[in-house]
Amino acid sequence: MAQAAEARTGNGAGRPAGEVVLDVRDISLSFGGVRAIDGVSFDIREGEVRAIIGPNGAGKSSLLNVINGFYHPQEGTITYRGVPRSRMRPHQAAASGIARTFQNIALFKGMTVLDNLMTGRNLKMHRNFLWQALYLGPAKREEMEHRDAVERVIDFLEIQAIRKTPVNRLPYGLQKRVELGRALAAEPDLLLLDEPMAGMNTEEKEDMCRFVLDTNDQLGTTIVLIEHDMGVVMDISDRVVVLDYGRKIADGTPDEVRADQRVIDAYLGVAHDDGD
Amino acid sequence: MARKRTPAKPRAPELDTFPKLLLDNAVRFAGMPAIREKEFGIWQSWTWDEVLGEVEELAGGLAALGFRRGDKLAVIGDNRPRLYWSMCAAQALGGVPVPMYQDSVADELAYVVEHSGARFAVVQDQEQVDKLLEVREQVPGVEAIVYLWPKGLRHYDPDLVRDFRELQAEGRRYNQAHPEFFRAEIEKGAGADTGVILYTSGTTGRPKGVVLTNANVLLQAWAGAEFEGLGSDEDILAYLPMAWVGDNVFSYAQSYLTGFCVNCPESASTVTTDLGEIGPTFYFAPPRVYENLLTNVMIRMEDAGRLKQRMFHYFMGVAGRAGKALLDGKAVPFADRVRYWLGNLFVYGPLRNTLGFSRVHLAYTAGEAIGPDIFDFYRSIGINIKQLYGQTEASVFVTIQPDGEVDPETVGRPLSNVELRLADDGEVLYRSPGVFHEYYKNPDATAETKTEDGWVRTGDAGLLDGNGHLRIIDRAKDVGKLRDGSLFAPKYLENKLKFFPYVKEAVCFGDGRDRVTAFINIDLDAVGNWAERRALTYSSYQELAGHPEVYGLVGECIEQVNRELASDPQLSGSVIRRFLVLHKELDADDGELTRTQKVRRRIIADRYAVLIDALYGDAERCQVSTEVTFEDGRKGSISADLLIRDAGGAPEPVRAAAD
Repeated sequence: MAQAAEARTGNGAGRPAGEVVLDVRDISLSFGGVRAIDGVSFDIREGEVRAIIGPNGAGKSSLLNVINGFYHPQEGTITYRGVPRSRMRPHQAAASGIARTFQNIALFKGMTVLDNLMTGRNLKMHRNFLWQALYLGPAKREEMEHRDAVERVIDFLEIQAIRKTPVNRLPYGLQKRVELGRALAAEPDLLLLDEPMAGMNTEEKEDMCRFVLDTNDQLGTTIVLIEHDMGVVMDISDRVVVLDYGRKIADGTPDEVRADQRVIDAYLGVAHDDGD
Repeated sequence: MARKRTPAKPRAPELDTFPKLLLDNAVRFAGMPAIREKEFGIWQSWTWDEVLGEVEELAGGLAALGFRRGDKLAVIGDNRPRLYWSMCAAQALGGVPVPMYQDSVADELAYVVEHSGARFAVVQDQEQVDKLLEVREQVPGVEAIVYLWPKGLRHYDPDLVRDFRELQAEGRRYNQAHPEFFRAEIEKGAGADTGVILYTSGTTGRPKGVVLTNANVLLQAWAGAEFEGLGSDEDILAYLPMAWVGDNVFSYAQSYLTGFCVNCPESASTVTTDLGEIGPTFYFAPPRVYENLLTNVMIRMEDAGRLKQRMFHYFMGVAGRAGKALLDGKAVPFADRVRYWLGNLFVYGPLRNTLGFSRVHLAYTAGEAIGPDIFDFYRSIGINIKQLYGQTEASVFVTIQPDGEVDPETVGRPLSNVELRLADDGEVLYRSPGVFHEYYKNPDATAETKTEDGWVRTGDAGLLDGNGHLRIIDRAKDVGKLRDGSLFAPKYLENKLKFFPYVKEAVCFGDGRDRVTAFINIDLDAVGNWAERRALTYSSYQELAGHPEVYGLVGECIEQVNRELASDPQLSGSVIRRFLVLHKELDADDGELTRTQKVRRRIIADRYAVLIDALYGDAERCQVSTEVTFEDGRKGSISADLLIRDAGGAPEPVRAAAD
């Protein structure tokens, strides 16, 4: 895994950004009369950790759902790797190298960690279910290849001890890690994380931050992160987009964003006494 | 139940170092597995000839780095084949491996690195590399760090930090350029050379570096292997710290001497699973591991169905009557034999299998006293668990319980090449070929511990029974007196308390006082389960520990100990009068336990002086605030309002029978 990572150009804080992977132009999305996203534009560059932040209801998750093809914006264009994208379905997005995790864990609760991770390999399996059921020759070989890839993810996320444990028996923080593992099992180029640290304690958050950074650094995966915890965002992101009521109000490095008056207003509320 | 084993034959005396044995093993045991490691979910094996190849390449790489004869090599990490090879590679080059505890914080590591003067280090992962780099900022640290796992290490200085496999590649080139080098260097080694330096955690002061020669370790490891008839068909699980002498002897020396296979678990958290998969034939664990396993079994039995529970309890009763006698080869009534046979079929066999002990023919426990109930439990289900008594300074073995003469109260008889005697104050002294050379750079401590004619003071107080078996009571220096002059052996009391599953740790006070008092640490798993059954709610360790009903539970345990003590004329003065349950677990990171999880009572007495005063006062409650160190080295503090209770079961203080 590490050897594979060597060949790719990693990125991270302080390093020059790579090429634009995904470009979102003037996107608007409405549900009936509710305008969830209103003319938002930003880009995601190769190898960066890109955060999308904003208060509740700012349109963060909607934006993520637009990127992975679950929602289709009424206006605007999305260009993925130089190719303008028309109405793309989620499985096509997945096939093109985009993987995601969910705000409320969406694992198969009764299945083991290993089986859940194997589902992440689903798009890469070529034998049909009959072959797999018979478990002969090519299907067996294929299964072994995928198991190997999954074992590397298990090693990477240090979850060897829970390999055979059903997911519903795991604590919340570990379930989140398993969900990250399933996304990684798909070997994505672009990983979308929807509040990966929500509801975690400090230690779990630190662990998760480390795994997100390791994923970015070792596997060269580009990461788009939605997160509420400002500390986490400022620590691990290269660039941050700030949304408020569906509109983009700031875009830049963590330091720039932190100093932006509109961001401060959106997060702290505009003071009634007309103070700072 | 175990099949017939073939004991290994003694090795030629000229094979007096580890690398020489390895050269011989590569031929003698060619094609046989020497070591295994579970990686990516699959057990990977290396045969003895492959191990030789790996060690040769690594030795070449170290030589290319500038490793010279006499240099020290720090080895830090979990039990990994490559770390064992690193030890052998260092020894092949005439150097000295210094395995260090992988969970030490940077400060502790700094002392050992500086004191040993290690120039190079082979470590497992980024965590250890980071610590060594931090150490470099404080003291002249290592010149090069070699890591096994590259994760997270891509942006580190490549001159200082390098990949194990790349170093081996460098070693291949070096060995091609110097074809005779490896074997010539090995030839220069001798049995009397320093083989390893092991830093003992010690209950007080800075760790001491115990210098063991190759001969110390190999002679004593062989004496132990011969005593137990170990052969090349053993399998053991190497999961205890490499810095601990036992691992050096069991997982390294005895494997090299007999050719048996060492299995390295996937990670520290998978040991139980790996144990089941490997099914070792020879197993070692400190008492607390056996305790935890038993606690887990009992907790799971409580959740089992009624039929299973009844079967379990019925057959455990049978095992209690007949099991130990059968294991010791004594006469057992025919009916009980049949019942035991049935029990073996339905309960003991499956249970051994669940525990990973199906193939175990020898299990050791040492380091602390083991509860008689726990000890008997394992023996009664057919696991040959035995106590041994040893020290780093002795290259482990001083006494072992021989098969068939196993009494939970004693630690057995001295090994054939060990002489044992008791000093006037009861301190145990021994002399053997395994006696350490010296404490590294510490002649004063060496002179204090080792006499002119080679006897070592153990610091333990002991007694010899009629059969020549040794019984250890306490640390000699900890044995004190109550104000009325009666004997106070704190560890004896604490061990009795710790035999209860609910009590994880206990610390007793009483030396120079008029009565005995105790701090109790509850076991979160056992008490948590107990609380769940009673629908007691709690959100933290601290809240559970302070719960009045938990105090009641602990009070019952103490009461039972007190009744036993009261019936012993010599120890009746030591009944525990008052106790409290601590609000946090005693922790090695806070300096309260040693790295081998032994209580450091002086440090605890200092940290919790307020609580001790309260125990000897009349207060019902006591406020305390304690500084704690988190795993990443940061500090915080927790405060609590603790209850203090009187203990029952103590006889009333003797008064004149006036009224």
